[in-house]
Amino acid sequence: MLIEVINIVLLALLAVTAIAAVRLHDLFAVAMMFGIYSLLAAVMFVLLDAVDVAFTEAAVGMGISTVLMLGTIGLVGRHERASAHRSLLPLAVVVATGVALIYGTLDMPFFGDPDAPVHQHVAPFYISESPSQTGVPNVVTSILASYRGYDTLGELAVIFTAGVGVLGLLGLRRRKRPGKEGPHDDR
Amino acid sequence: MTLTITLIALLVTMAFALIRAIKGPTVYDRILASNALGTKTVLMITVLGFVVGDPELYIDIALMYVLIGFIGTVAVLKVSEFGNLGQPQSHTDPEDP
Repeated sequence: MLIEVINIVLLALLAVTAIAAVRLHDLFAVAMMFGIYSLLAAVMFVLLDAVDVAFTEAAVGMGISTVLMLGTIGLVGRHERASAHRSLLPLAVVVATGVALIYGTLDMPFFGDPDAPVHQHVAPFYISESPSQTGVPNVVTSILASYRGYDTLGELAVIFTAGVGVLGLLGLRRRKRPGKEGPHDDR
Repeated sequence: MTLTITLIALLVTMAFALIRAIKGPTVYDRILASNALGTKTVLMITVLGFVVGDPELYIDIALMYVLIGFIGTVAVLKVSEFGNLGQPQSHTDPEDP
């Protein structure tokens, strides 16, 4: 009962934060709202007993992506420019898609239904076997780090490659900039 | 019972901090509100650990939140003070005579 109340309040705070992030025009404030959003989302993940996802959400959402957004604000300025085009057609598309998705969820099993296929397929195996097979007390951790270990390794390779690519791009730009401002380019 | 009251008080405080982050006229109100929300998140995770009955694991998570929140705060304050995250070669240009 208490956990449900906390869930509802946290989801309401998440919705308020998201709407505020859309409505605010000060991009610095929007970056702060995104940080708050990821903090609240991380609490949600902790409540769902997915502590690794909460770790990742805190590290990426509150730490790295806030820093990246602030760095971008340092480059592009902190005020949003007024949009030139009308937003009615995109709003209609989004509303239609949302209605279709909500209609689609009507056929899904109810939230927390123990007879749902997602709880009957492989979940019982993981819940009953993962402590003895892997020795990890948390089920989500055992799946992420042991059963899906190669997936996680592949993700690490992808993220590392992306980081190297971004660093390469930034390094190229940085090498060019002193030449542009320096004495060699002005001659 | 005590934990329930604590959790409700934390949720109310989070809501107040969120209101200040949304309304806050200056940047510093928002930084302070975001920081307060981070602290309340850490406290909430710790209290949840005692509610669930596994405090050691949850306290580890809370400790990591503190560390991450510190990095974010440093970045936010640096941007609000200097306007960017630092240009490494702007002061010491090796080609500049």
